[in-house]
Amino acid sequence: MADQAAQTTTPDTLADPTVNTVSETQAHGGGHSGGFPPFKSETFPSQILWLVISFGLLYVLLSRIALPRIATVLEDRRDRITDDLDQAALLKRQADEAIAAYELALTQARARAHTIAQETRDQLHAEVEKTRHGLESKLSAKIAEAEAQITATKDKALGNVRLVAIDVAAEVVARLLGEKADASVTEKAVDAELSANPTGGR
Amino acid sequence: MPIHIGGYDLSFTNSALWMLVSVGIIAAFTIFSMRGRAMVPGRWQSSVEIFYEFIANMVRDNTGPDARRFFPLVFTLFMFIFFANMIGLFPYAFTVTSHIIVTFALAGAIFLLVTITGFVLHGPKFLGLFVPQGVPVVLLPLVVGIEVISYISRPISHSVRLFANMLAGHITLKVFAGFIISFITGLGAIGWIAAILPLLMIVAITALEVLVGALQAYVFAILTCMYLRDALHPSH
Repeated sequence: MADQAAQTTTPDTLADPTVNTVSETQAHGGGHSGGFPPFKSETFPSQILWLVISFGLLYVLLSRIALPRIATVLEDRRDRITDDLDQAALLKRQADEAIAAYELALTQARARAHTIAQETRDQLHAEVEKTRHGLESKLSAKIAEAEAQITATKDKALGNVRLVAIDVAAEVVARLLGEKADASVTEKAVDAELSANPTGGR
Repeated sequence: MPIHIGGYDLSFTNSALWMLVSVGIIAAFTIFSMRGRAMVPGRWQSSVEIFYEFIANMVRDNTGPDARRFFPLVFTLFMFIFFANMIGLFPYAFTVTSHIIVTFALAGAIFLLVTITGFVLHGPKFLGLFVPQGVPVVLLPLVVGIEVISYISRPISHSVRLFANMLAGHITLKVFAGFIISFITGLGAIGWIAAILPLLMIVAITALEVLVGALQAYVFAILTCMYLRDALHPSH
């Protein structure tokens, strides 16, 4: 340590006061580090003065110029970020509302589609039903008509049977007796036979 | 390394030169980096803002939200010590903070500031700082004595901590650097090879010193914050 101090102080210009200090500190019991630069008390006033000057200068520079500047920049940025966040929140709310409206519209549309489908289905069903009913009634009318026709034809046929029976009876009588039978008598006999046995003896 | 030319009384010395260099660099760093005042900061502006917010948070957390007015002081202190420590690592540069008088002047000024602020804000109640609550009456004189001693020794510990750290680190660097020179001059060709070892040590210690320098600036600033909190809220 002492070597170093000697080494380091010799190139310095101020040999004399240094030597003085060395002896002084040693005399004070300043210890093994005699002349150790940090403890050389004659440099103290100068250091304190320049410390006060430079530290004061730095304090003024920083507190007057640098720090307010940084503070405004940070403040501006914070405001800006807050604004942006607010705006983002607003937009998000709007988006949520839009989504809700969309969902509502979708639900309504779905419900309406459902009702329309149901209505259409019912309508078609009713129409089909109506058509079916119409067809059925028409068909049953035709059936009734056909049945009536059949009955009529049958009656007519039965009527013809009487005439044929009278003719046949008259012919048979003519062949058997060789002379013509009285038409009214024959008619009466056939009618009696037919009324007694209307199904023709079946 | 504290190779220092002591001037006559108030002459402009090596120490003063490097103080002003620190001031210049800090001023340039903090003022010119912020010149753009950009909404999205660049690298320089960003680093200044990191320092700013770091110290602002430190002051807020350790001193309280009502300590805004002390923020410039703590910021100046931190920057001054930090940059002085870092600049001191450059060869041929002088480490201002490795002189006890500088650190003691800073710590003493803070001590006075804290004491005066405490009395101005709280009057005699500031003395309540020395009377912790919940201590038995019997022990009170002893405890108060200890509190007063610890309060008065604050500037000493405050300044010696920084000074000793910086001095020790720089002396270590100097010693190893001295090894290199003596190896080379003393051992010749072998010395050149042997000098690699202390050189590696210097690299490692320099890295360590960067850490120590930053840490000590931080410690100095945070202790200042805590002392200021005592001045603002002595009852705590």
